[in-house]
Amino acid sequence: MENKKIEIKDLTLVFGDKKEEALKMLEQGITIQEIREKTGTAVGVNDINIDINEGEMFVIVGLSGSGKSSLIRCMNMLNIPTKGQLLIDGEDITKYSKEQLMDLRRNKVAMVFQHFGLLSHRTVLKNVEYGLEVQGVSEEEITKKAMEAIELVGLKGWENYFPRQLSGGMKQRVGIARALTNEPEILLMDEPFGALDPLIRREMQSELLSMEDYMEKTIVFITHDMNEAFKLGDRIALLKDGELVQIGQPKDFFENPANDYVKSFIEDVDKSRVLRVRTVMRQPFTLARKGESREAVIKKLESFDREFCFVVDEDRKLLGYVAYKDLIKLDKSNINEAIVTDVESLHRNAYLHEVWGKLDKSNYDVAITDKAGRLRGVISYEDAVSALA
Amino acid sequence: MFSFPEGLRFQISGPIDDFVNWLLVNLGGFFDAITRFILTIFNAIEVTLNIIPWWLMVIALFYAGYKLYSLKMGIALSAMLLSIGFFGLWDMMLYTLAIVIISVLVSLVLGLPLGIFMAKSDRTKRIVMPILDAMQTMPSFVYLLPAVMLFGFGKVPAVFATTTYALPPLIRLTYLGISNVDKEVIEAGLSFGSTPKQMLMKIELPQALSTIMTGVNQTTMMAMAMVVISSMIGAEGIGEQVLISIRRLEVGQGFQAGLGIVFLAIILDRVLQGFANRLKETE
Ligand SMILES: Nc1ncnc2c1ncn2[C@@H]1O[C@H](COP(=O)(O)OP(=O)(O)OP(=O)(O)O)[C@@H](O)[C@H]1O
Ligand SMILES: [Mg+2]
Repeated sequence: MENKKIEIKDLTLVFGDKKEEALKMLEQGITIQEIREKTGTAVGVNDINIDINEGEMFVIVGLSGSGKSSLIRCMNMLNIPTKGQLLIDGEDITKYSKEQLMDLRRNKVAMVFQHFGLLSHRTVLKNVEYGLEVQGVSEEEITKKAMEAIELVGLKGWENYFPRQLSGGMKQRVGIARALTNEPEILLMDEPFGALDPLIRREMQSELLSMEDYMEKTIVFITHDMNEAFKLGDRIALLKDGELVQIGQPKDFFENPANDYVKSFIEDVDKSRVLRVRTVMRQPFTLARKGESREAVIKKLESFDREFCFVVDEDRKLLGYVAYKDLIKLDKSNINEAIVTDVESLHRNAYLHEVWGKLDKSNYDVAITDKAGRLRGVISYEDAVSALA
Repeated sequence: MFSFPEGLRFQISGPIDDFVNWLLVNLGGFFDAITRFILTIFNAIEVTLNIIPWWLMVIALFYAGYKLYSLKMGIALSAMLLSIGFFGLWDMMLYTLAIVIISVLVSLVLGLPLGIFMAKSDRTKRIVMPILDAMQTMPSFVYLLPAVMLFGFGKVPAVFATTTYALPPLIRLTYLGISNVDKEVIEAGLSFGSTPKQMLMKIELPQALSTIMTGVNQTTMMAMAMVVISSMIGAEGIGEQVLISIRRLEVGQGFQAGLGIVFLAIILDRVLQGFANRLKETE
């Protein structure tokens, strides 16, 4: 089972003065509209429970005013929850002291903002350096790290420009670079592409995916665009009026929409174009390691009733596959000579409709890999069909 | 029948006089210290201004006008400064300038922290705002009164009156600049774990700088206006020249001195405005 990075427990956030009163009314089941009228308080988040796994891209989606920003701002305590707990790596950050909180913000959690939140009086480089500068890191170290981040987001050569000289897309790249220089474990992104036009937006989405692909950060991403949510999210939480309506993998929303509200949300989403292989793939039934003994692999294949399985090295890098019929004929003690390196594989960020081309050619599973060539999962014809059904 | 009855009198002038006397007796040391302090700074600034050769000032002003605006502005500004010299007002101009500079400096020292404080604390804001409003509606004349009461005649009460009169816009615009910093920029600063001091020095003040600069400009202009009026309580400088001309009915002299004041005001305004615009461009 995957590690829980962020655990949100019974979290409620009320804006305004009469917090206690509002909490009581919430318990009595009074609607937040009524609470707003009676007490003048706004309920941003209402009793939410969510676990976010380490390394996943978690998307929070919902209409304007549904409480997405309210919730994500609790994750670095820009908003202070009225009730409930918020655990990061098992520690309740709502109980943190000022120093602990500062430490959390400096080292573990970074945020990217919808309107970029850049410092207009600083150059791109100085903006990106900010997070390390406040920590009193040495000048060279700061600049080195900042330049790396700038390069990563493709802004090399723009270091000495000011934000006002950049386009929207570039500004957000600065925002992302700034968040990355601290090497945070968690990246909070509040509608980061909301202010960008569609073309740039799509470009930024795929760049984010490819960045995330090898950084293995936990990313919490907010959007009100269902297409964007499905494209990016490993898992998605749908909010309405501060409450959690449904949480799950993208395919879950299509397979089991919780109610009509969810249905209306996904109505005009073209599944095959937004569902990514990564959210549909499953773990292989069995795997062989390079250098593993012939007998062990044969036994595994027999016990799972498989014709073949993929072979990986120590780092889980995909090397090829071995077939049962080849192995029984092989007269070596290990499987290395039977490995077929000509193997169908697909990047895990590919859309589902791209799978068809591969599946037509073989009746076997297609291997799903990441940028580093590591085997992340497999997908078969049946998996793909059932996901789109 | 029509005149106010003589028996109906309730005067507060007596208690006020008593209060001022009490102040002078009990806090005399305090006012003496302020007097010495102001005199020291005044002398330092006047000496500095007098060391700079006149032609260097003209050239520097030309260069500032040229860099901040255009060649034309450089020529116009330096011509104005030259004519102040031609009018025979150079030394008086330096004196006036020295008072303005002190007042602006003191305003900065008092106004910046107060403006910042107002932006941070709602309570301070609620207390200070009405005072600023009242100060700005009061006629400039009124400021002479406490100045004379506390410091007598001369340049010290002039600095005091000028400063109190010129202070409000700087406080107000500092407050405005700090509290209008983009909310998301503030959040960005917080989200990277800035300390309150880092927030102020690295984010809020730099972001508010052009607004504060506008405040400095307004404060300088108000100081210019007040320093002229302060000649009535013994400040020398160009204002005194006007005053003397009025008494002697020397229209030409008076007009010339008045023009000198206008020129000095324009020069200060343009230069400070130019700086403020430069800062605004970076936003
Ligand atoms: N600082 C605040 N003070 C008072 N009410 C607030 C505050 N911030 C948010 N709210 C209220 O909380 C509710 C949720 O707002 P929130 O900003 O979290 O929504 P959102 O899902 O992020 O919407 P959007 O897509 O427009 O950004 C709204 O009713 C809003 O009015
Ligand atoms: Mg929002």
